[in-house]
Amino acid sequence: MDTEIFNMAGMDIAWCPGCGNFPILKILKQALAELTIEPTNLVMVSGIGQAAKIPHYLKANVFNGLHGRALPPATAIKATNPALTVIAESGDGDMYGEGGNHFIHTIRRNPNITNIVHNNMVYGLTKGQASPTSQTGFKTPVQVGGVFLEPFNPLAVAIALDASFVARAFSGDAEQTKEIIKKAIEHKGYALVDIFQPCVTFNKLNTFEWFKKNTYYLDDSHDPSNRNEAFTKATENEPFPLGIFYINPDKRTFEENIGIYKENQKPLYEREPDIGKLKSLIETFTITE
Amino acid sequence: MRKDLSIVLCGQAGQGIQTVEYLLTRIFKLAGYNVFATKEYMSRVRGGINSTEIRVSSGPVCAYINRIDILIPLNKGAVGHVEKRISPQTIILAEKETIAEDFDQTRHKFIDVPFTKKATEIGNKIYSNVVAVGTVTGLFGIELQTVSEYVKKFFSSKADDVVQKNLAAVKEGFNLGLGLADSSKIKFDINDDADIKDQILVNGAEAVALGAIAGGCNFISSYPMSPSTGVLIFLAKQAKDFGIIAEQAEDEIAAINMAIGAWYAGARAMVTTSGGGFALMTEGLSLAGILESPIVIHLAQRPGPATGLPTRTEQADLELALYAGHGEFPRILLAPGKIQDGFYLTRKAFDLAEKYQIPVFILTDQYFVDSYYNTACPDLSDVSIEKHIVQTDADYKRYKLTDDGISPRGIPGYGKGLVAVDSDEHDEAGHITEDLGLRVEMVDKRLKKLELLKDESIPPELVGSEDYKNLIVCWGSTYNIVREAVKNLGRDDTAFLHFKQVYPLPGQTSDYLKKARRIIIVENNATSQFAKLIKLHTGIEISDRILKYDGLSFYVEELAEKLNDLLK
Ligand SMILES: Cc1ncc(C[n+]2csc(CCOP(=O)(O)OP(=O)(O)O)c2C)c(N)n1
Ligand code: SF4
Ligand SMILES: [Mg+2]
Repeated sequence: MDTEIFNMAGMDIAWCPGCGNFPILKILKQALAELTIEPTNLVMVSGIGQAAKIPHYLKANVFNGLHGRALPPATAIKATNPALTVIAESGDGDMYGEGGNHFIHTIRRNPNITNIVHNNMVYGLTKGQASPTSQTGFKTPVQVGGVFLEPFNPLAVAIALDASFVARAFSGDAEQTKEIIKKAIEHKGYALVDIFQPCVTFNKLNTFEWFKKNTYYLDDSHDPSNRNEAFTKATENEPFPLGIFYINPDKRTFEENIGIYKENQKPLYEREPDIGKLKSLIETFTITE
Repeated sequence: MRKDLSIVLCGQAGQGIQTVEYLLTRIFKLAGYNVFATKEYMSRVRGGINSTEIRVSSGPVCAYINRIDILIPLNKGAVGHVEKRISPQTIILAEKETIAEDFDQTRHKFIDVPFTKKATEIGNKIYSNVVAVGTVTGLFGIELQTVSEYVKKFFSSKADDVVQKNLAAVKEGFNLGLGLADSSKIKFDINDDADIKDQILVNGAEAVALGAIAGGCNFISSYPMSPSTGVLIFLAKQAKDFGIIAEQAEDEIAAINMAIGAWYAGARAMVTTSGGGFALMTEGLSLAGILESPIVIHLAQRPGPATGLPTRTEQADLELALYAGHGEFPRILLAPGKIQDGFYLTRKAFDLAEKYQIPVFILTDQYFVDSYYNTACPDLSDVSIEKHIVQTDADYKRYKLTDDGISPRGIPGYGKGLVAVDSDEHDEAGHITEDLGLRVEMVDKRLKKLELLKDESIPPELVGSEDYKNLIVCWGSTYNIVREAVKNLGRDDTAFLHFKQVYPLPGQTSDYLKKARRIIIVENNATSQFAKLIKLHTGIEISDRILKYDGLSFYVEELAEKLNDLLK
């Protein structure tokens, strides 16, 4: 499939020149094209933030919801129509801060969706406050003396919760990031891809060069089925490992667990209430025996 | 002689009062009696004192009364709990030892019934509640076999030994009841009623949940909170049979965002919650407003602010539901009065939500969801649900500007088009925009639907003479209480007007109110929220207000008395 198919004509893109969001958009389109996912079958779900605008910049069905709330609707959309490919994509503040509770519980629920997080370690849209992943010492107009909160470690949290697929990528490396995204989409179950993304406007600490210098790829000796090893790797920083940390292929998905597709694969919109059954159910309330 | 008897059982949480209520109401129904039951309980799992009122009658009974004809206190302190409701006519059936110090036995009609003694003889005092069930059924002369079979069925999942002991308990109690009947110490004249055979016995929560199924509900995401949880539990139990996704969300924020996502993808979704939980949903409500997403919200009210009285009742979240959510967008507020309304309004809520692509509320309260009575089986002859989903074309635009403000609603994966919805202000295609002219068009488009809603509103129900001089106004769960109170007044110059749609205020409202010489409003809240709403939309001020906000619903008698005082 040609990536052209995902191009949107005439969109006024609201990102700053040089922003790491641009390569992520390009990489995502390539990954989708290589997986031959039809735009009509794809639902891009996001919250609010600079990263969260991405659904508007490619051809897809779009659910651009509230700040922090991408995962609950994404889960519901997949459960309502499992034939759709569902990607929930937003920024680090959105997914790990405002939406932190959903992040935890969506992992536990394990819907078959892909969760892409543009991790620029800052709040871009609101102009430069600390995000949950901001590094200590990072100075902002609010964190005037520098961040002193322990940075949130999304990968370690996800692995601790036995997430079924956990990876980290870097927007500066198109080829590897594309492969990771493709694997995440193909993976059956919840898949987290945290992508390091330089914010050229508000994060002068974690720049393109900084990410380049402070990351390295997990090599072939890393066994993604080994949860303990994956956890240990996830706790490493400066340099931060990149790649697929952990895969648990055996987990049942939310759509499988809810059970309503076992005998009937039809999505909910094709179904009608069973009035015969409802009649029988109501009759049980007449209590005649 | 009494044609209608009010039996009140009182005991600690964990003493099986709920079991007694369940068994007795069903056995009465089975034996052909009209029955009503409601409970008041403390927010605790053990201890405290809870009570259940069961009314049995030859004719229909649907409302809470103060009078207690037979009181069965099952533990120490239980009598004190309902003291104000005990009159010289109240017969207290209790075990001397249990309640000896609780009241002056010479001043009350007291009959010593050895519930616990019999239970202990059978093997454990925990059976005393089932002995009580036997006693009441024996008193009514219901056939022992009918009673035993039902009790057996109820305990069928338990170990055989437990079943046998419960059956023994019921039989012992039954004989005690027969003895009481023979002694003529308790007199009443209540007959069974052939008309109720085909009727159903459900509580408000069940009526709402059944209505949801009839309305095609196939997705419910919620977070437990009394008194709203019954609907979630009911639908979870039916999930497999009816293909419903019933998910307990991590919080109410997730719950409503899931439900909106589900509608987006083609489900018919609802949430059930109470005030505090709904407060967390308000941003999601506003999201439904801008996305033009249908959503059905069952809001079971309890007294606030904050945690308030978790297991009690109130009608104080009308304004919350009405004004919740930032920004301006249309909504509908429905408030069932009769149990049947719970069914029909919830079913209709799904069609209204889908047709107008707006939030629709079902406003109930603890009194409504926890009260039972026998009522006609809902009419399922016209059960077609209105679906308004369109198959999209390649150039589909989710927010196409139309004359009436309603854009055809497509869903992803059905048709050649793309469906984009956005919580930002958006263009017709659903993409983020800051075109301020378009902004105005979109606001107008959304609000236009309010005009359409006015034509479709459910009219208020006038009960009583058309030529009323006095008009009692009420809404939601107070319907049956007001009905019985007004009937007891016995005045042909007085009618009452019940609103089951409280917003948008039905068009007929002004005409009804203008005809009255005197208007009295009855609300289970402290600030008369509905009167304020009426004033806002009709200019008519209702200054005669009967308000109650102690956490309990009105009793028929107190309401009749207050009305009488005002109308004197
Ligand atoms: C409920 C709510 N609170 C706050 C905001 C304001 N807000 C919008 S985006 C954002 C943070 C964005 O940071 P991030 O998610 O990391 O995205 P980025 O812009 O960095 O891509 C905030 C605080 C909002 N839209 N909604
Ligand atoms: S603010 Fe930062 S993250 Fe947002 S577009 Fe600009 S560079 Fe990118
Ligand atoms: Mg960010």
